Amino acid sequence: MTLKLKIRGGRVIDPAQGFDEVTDLFIADGVVQALGQAPDGFTPNRCLEAQGCVVSPGFVDLSARLREPGLEHKATIRSESLAAIAGGVTTLVIPPDTLPVVDTPAVVQWLFDRAKAGGLVRLHPVGALTRGLKGQDLSEMSALKAAGCKAVSNAHHPVANTLVLRRSLEYAASHDLLVIVRPEDPDLKDGGCAHEGPVAARMGLKGIPYAAETVAVAQVLALIEQTGARVHFAQISSARAMRSIWRAQEKGFPVTADVAVHQLHLSEEALEGFDAAYHLSPPLRTREDLEALRVAVKEGVIGSLCSDHQPHEPDAKLDAFPATEPGIAGLETLLPLTLALVREGVMTLPRAIQSLTQSPAEVLGLSAGTLAPGSLADITIFDPEREWILDDSTWRSLGGNTPYWGQTLKGRVMATLLQGQVVFDLNFGEAS
Amino acid sequence: MTAKKDTLQRGPDGKLRHFLTVEGLDRAFLELIMDTADSFASVTEQTVKKVPLLRGKTIVNLFFETSTRTRTTFELAAKRLSADVLNVNIETSATTKGESLLDTIRNIEAMHVDMFVVRHAQSGAAHFIARHVAPHISVINAGDGRHAHPTQAMLDVYTIRKHKGDFHRLKVAIVGDILHSRVARSEIAALKILGAEEIRVVGPRTLIPADIQSLGVTVFHDLAEGLRGVDVVIMLRLQRERMTGAFIPSEHEYYASFGLTEGRLEQAAPDVMVMHPGPINRGVEIDSKVADGERSVILQQVSHGIAIRMAVMSMAMHHQGAGGVA
Repeated sequence: MTLKLKIRGGRVIDPAQGFDEVTDLFIADGVVQALGQAPDGFTPNRCLEAQGCVVSPGFVDLSARLREPGLEHKATIRSESLAAIAGGVTTLVIPPDTLPVVDTPAVVQWLFDRAKAGGLVRLHPVGALTRGLKGQDLSEMSALKAAGCKAVSNAHHPVANTLVLRRSLEYAASHDLLVIVRPEDPDLKDGGCAHEGPVAARMGLKGIPYAAETVAVAQVLALIEQTGARVHFAQISSARAMRSIWRAQEKGFPVTADVAVHQLHLSEEALEGFDAAYHLSPPLRTREDLEALRVAVKEGVIGSLCSDHQPHEPDAKLDAFPATEPGIAGLETLLPLTLALVREGVMTLPRAIQSLTQSPAEVLGLSAGTLAPGSLADITIFDPEREWILDDSTWRSLGGNTPYWGQTLKGRVMATLLQGQVVFDLNFGEAS
Repeated sequence: MTAKKDTLQRGPDGKLRHFLTVEGLDRAFLELIMDTADSFASVTEQTVKKVPLLRGKTIVNLFFETSTRTRTTFELAAKRLSADVLNVNIETSATTKGESLLDTIRNIEAMHVDMFVVRHAQSGAAHFIARHVAPHISVINAGDGRHAHPTQAMLDVYTIRKHKGDFHRLKVAIVGDILHSRVARSEIAALKILGAEEIRVVGPRTLIPADIQSLGVTVFHDLAEGLRGVDVVIMLRLQRERMTGAFIPSEHEYYASFGLTEGRLEQAAPDVMVMHPGPINRGVEIDSKVADGERSVILQQVSHGIAIRMAVMSMAMHHQGAGGVA
């Protein structure tokens, strides 16, 4: 029997269609059939009650590390897929820094196969920009594209020099591949572990200056002008870099950007006391940066929010602050941290949902991120008012590295659907 | 989200549990440390240089970085308090075999020790260890990365108090490699708490951390200006490895710009005192005539280090009910 599903009475928000109404949604064959009125002859055989909830396209996360293959001591595709759907994320864009690196079609295919076998989420592996991410030789981008990669990136790994960067941008452009750049000049970073500012000065932490980000952005922007490459700047941390991107967009450059949602809530003061949970890359910067980035998200200069999910084994955070590994396991806090921005008046709920759905989907040219009739029914149903405590009983990621441990968060995913199948259900109300 | 207040150092009763940094302590507490040191100063002048305060206690000097002065003065201080002392030099042992910091701590902890005196190359290492040791163990920070060297700062302000009595009208210049200096950071914090009128940091931009002004100091890039009218000059050691990086062009140019000579010292107040945490590089940051001259208190600093370390160790051990000082 084909599943014919009705999601009843939720606030359906689909920014891609400019849609925001309390209404019903009808799904069959894994595809959205209609919003509002049931199609002719549609008799649902399952009904989900969504009163008081928001019905949104499944979230698209532009940066989530699942650690497989090769780093299974940190996390696995299975574990992090479960975390993703508990967080309402149905499409995950995976950086290429696995072991082996995503620089051959075989690894891409392996990841697609694993996602398909798991049946919980969609994975979009980003191909390596350079072979082995070593920053020296171009990767086989044509083959990576044929295998299904929509973008290439060197992730956190440096590119040897500006000539290699120029050629890799040119080569990606000639294959119409998006290049995702996490802008950070490795020489200026110089092994730093905190924002170069008052807090690092007092705590004696080696600083990462603004210039590490702004120089890298400026360099790439100059090369875009030369090469015409399409570039997405990932995890912007500073107001200065954001403003460079803003000016480039105004000049018509094909550039987009995202920010990790925790960068809109945390700043350098959090490092006080040397808690390694706040050791991040890029580093937490100042309150002024945080405020400017919030405005940039509201205005759409930074189109997308991401989790920048980086799960770690406990040992990775058990050392003196500078010796720990940077990163937050963020998939399950993506929604509550985004909703907090809405409550704090940074942006409207539809814009917030857009930053998690339509905007990131457009960056990669994915068909996901909308509830338009005919699209695959990847759907997140969440209760924006529901509170939950982040602890062992609620947390699913294998990475316990979150600074929010033990805290009460607001906004809970009630159900997640992938292609019309309920893959996550928090005892969600069902009507016959 | 607001940052959490660090309450690691002092127990609910206000007594010292660990001594990790002078930041967050108040003036009365720093005075108490110095007063306690005063009470121990006489011990070191007796023929039998011992008091039985920490008899039966085991103190481990856990040094992940080499040190002569700090380790020996801690060792002497512990012995004068009648504690048993174990020196563990980790730089050449466990970590090179791949043992984690936490495992090292756990292993030594299992030997039923009472106090760790820790030096480590990473900022925040002492905090990390204090957060993870068994509750009965006290941690004394003997220098963590660029962050803090609180006993050095305390012995420095103790030495200043001995000579100047009061901090209120005091102008202090700290000269040299501020960027890499845990001593400078702890001194700034201590002098601030004690109410020094003006704290200056003097050095080339490459060796001054960004936003250091936020700590309440004024920055000078010219030594003559920086020394004008100061009551105390604290020279910092320029580590040899900094000369090969792109921090300064040469030893010669550094000495020409920032080396402390008798001529330059003319700018300072007539009764200026010259300090240096050691070890000194003669002819690099300081001229021998100044280092050995009458205004230098460099060797007094070393002696005071023992009294200050006795004070801090006895106070930290006091929370364990070891007697200690009232």
